[in-house]
Amino acid sequence: MRKNLNVIAAYSIMMVLILMVGIFQSWNIALSIFNLCLISAVMTMGANIQWGYAGLINFGIMGYTALGGLAAVLISVDPVQEAWRAGGFDILMSLWLIVVMVLVIRFILKRFEKSKIRTYSIAAIIISGILLIRFSAEPGIEAIEAVDPAKTGFLGGFGLPIIFSWIVGALFAGGLAFIVGKVALGLRADYLAIATLLISEIVIAIIKHEDWLTRGVKNVIGLKRPAPYEVDLQTTDWFIKLVEKFNAGKLTVIENLADRQAALNQLVIEGSSVFVKLCYSGLFLVVVIILLILTQKALYSPWGRMMRAIRDNEEAANAMGKNVVKQHLLIFILGSAIVGLAGAMLVTQDGLFTPGSYRPMRYTFLIWVMVIVGGSGNNFGAILGGFVVWFLWIESAPIALFLINFFTVGIPATNALKAHLIESVPYFRFLMMGLGLLFIMRYRPKGILPEKIDIK
Amino acid sequence: MDFVNAIILLLNYIFIPALTYGSQLALGAIFVTLIYGILRFANFATGDMMSFGTMATILFTWYFQSLGVSLGVLPTALLAIPFGIIFMIFYMLLIDKFVFKYYRNQKSPPVQFAMVSIGVMFVTQAVVRIIIGPGDRRFFDGEKFIIKAREFKEMTGLNEGLALKSTQVITIFVTIVLVSLLFWFLNRTKTGKSMKAYSDNEDLALLSGIDPKKIVLVTWVIAGILATIGGALYGLDKSFKPFTYFNNMLPIFAAAIVGGIGNPFGAFLGGYVIAFSEILLTYAYKKFFMYVLPESMEPNSLVQLLSTDYKFAVSFSILVIVLIYRPSGIFKGKVL
Repeated sequence: MRKNLNVIAAYSIMMVLILMVGIFQSWNIALSIFNLCLISAVMTMGANIQWGYAGLINFGIMGYTALGGLAAVLISVDPVQEAWRAGGFDILMSLWLIVVMVLVIRFILKRFEKSKIRTYSIAAIIISGILLIRFSAEPGIEAIEAVDPAKTGFLGGFGLPIIFSWIVGALFAGGLAFIVGKVALGLRADYLAIATLLISEIVIAIIKHEDWLTRGVKNVIGLKRPAPYEVDLQTTDWFIKLVEKFNAGKLTVIENLADRQAALNQLVIEGSSVFVKLCYSGLFLVVVIILLILTQKALYSPWGRMMRAIRDNEEAANAMGKNVVKQHLLIFILGSAIVGLAGAMLVTQDGLFTPGSYRPMRYTFLIWVMVIVGGSGNNFGAILGGFVVWFLWIESAPIALFLINFFTVGIPATNALKAHLIESVPYFRFLMMGLGLLFIMRYRPKGILPEKIDIK
Repeated sequence: MDFVNAIILLLNYIFIPALTYGSQLALGAIFVTLIYGILRFANFATGDMMSFGTMATILFTWYFQSLGVSLGVLPTALLAIPFGIIFMIFYMLLIDKFVFKYYRNQKSPPVQFAMVSIGVMFVTQAVVRIIIGPGDRRFFDGEKFIIKAREFKEMTGLNEGLALKSTQVITIFVTIVLVSLLFWFLNRTKTGKSMKAYSDNEDLALLSGIDPKKIVLVTWVIAGILATIGGALYGLDKSFKPFTYFNNMLPIFAAAIVGGIGNPFGAFLGGYVIAFSEILLTYAYKKFFMYVLPESMEPNSLVQLLSTDYKFAVSFSILVIVLIYRPSGIFKGKVL
């Protein structure tokens, strides 16, 4: 108990902050902050597994998040029959061509010795394959994108419940991580960072521009939900009764029957969106707790000890007979899969998939700030980092506004400098993140909750 | 005649734009490579530092414009650039003093430097957005074209026009002058040589009496000059928007690594490699083939290898391929 005092204290402060937002701003805002904190926590756990356990830099978090989001679309949207009829065959043919290409390359790699001719012929196969696919798929893609472009214009998905996409998102991200890991894990740390960053940009470019698969920048809206809809709740009896019960004290004060009804309606509308958010919170909390248990178990298992040994001294671990390359690849896949899961959760919560919104600032660097600030190598630290940083990211604008008003209280509102500062309040969040990161790295380089390993 | 038309077409749509874009990338890439070679870290704040320098230039440009000072046909920004550079160097030295110096004295690993530079990136981005806002700014004035497409057509009687923007000429000219000066400095002067020595072997350089403080100072000064000029030229040619500058960091990194990181000349050429491959691979060659091939063989499609949406993806793919097969870059930089 004593040992974990700082963990408990840090989490209590965080909860109190969120509750304060609920009391002073609104419960809706508090819950949406809380939900995104939970999603951020899942992402930081993924990044923490890679960086904290194994010392691998992955600046491609954005790409895995987007792939998770894509999984949500592909799983939950109903298939667009017409589009499948129009171009499904061409797309399947192209998929088949890709499979053949991969098999041929594998065959060549296995069969022939490494030589210049082999390298060039593989390059030739890849280039000609891409050209072939491009020309053979072109008519199909055009046909698909022409099917009611305002509403569909893509193949759609499988029409399954969106919850499944959380697993599929993790699988997608893990698959990508397998390819990236095979290619890039041999690089030195800062090159790995640059390579993963650029690969994630390529992934986003593909998601943005392959309209037949993802609808691209036209976005997919109105995804299915695992939680009830507000509109349905507002007409359900038990829910109205529940709201009435909760607010009985408030309602009985109102004398006029019509006024009371109006107040109740207002409360039901507010309550319904809070209720939906609570449903999501419950789902996300379950995921976070399961992941926390698993990652904690892994951290203290022989496997976790091996990972730390590899992180701290790769050569020594190698000399002890540990397969460093294989373990790096494994942990890269695991961490990315968790990030993919978070991506699917994010899209599930938003109910829409907007490829244009995936930007490295928000989905890569911010997550890294979370991991570093929270404490890399410590799961509780990483989750706390997700909470603290996301909370500040959202609340920094009000805080900055308050500070500006506080310091310029004597200056009239018409002052050009003051007006300019107030206008640029949204950008103070970058300042806050940057300064926070710099201060933490300087004065508490292991984060708020540093890594603590007891040898049991 | 058709053949000349085809050549003009390629010049107009591929060669000149790629040369301009490549020059802008090259300046940024030399900046990255110098910081990497001498201060030994990958600077993730590259794009935002460039946008800071450009912002300073824009502010001075506005000031001069309000005073009524102008250079006639040339953009006023050229006059503002030296002031922007001074401002930028001041900011960089400030950051170095308060942020990077501590980690340099601690001899922190490069990864930690990279993380710190992310903090600097956030702060710089905030400062730029708070001062000038996130919007699109154009600060070009003066004569826009040297040769207009229509005038060229009338002059030569060809079907294809060749448009030459003054910003393109300025960009290429300034880049050539600046880069030659830089290479003269690095290869011929004592300070330049000691910088190279410091980059090659720090301990040996220190033993032979090179002052590390001076080296760091000179590096930041050169970096400030490169960042401001590179950023301002990009802004003059296209437009200034903080977010675009942040994104430009990625092809700049690609150029630096493709050229062999730590090797300024490689970075210079890397900029052009990236720019040309981006534009060559995403250009639609239909019109070119219409001129070159006989009528019966004219292509129906656009003959575009990749759609222009994948412009960035091209440079990143090149980088990934280079990283895998030749991690020291095409022109042999530091071995990774």
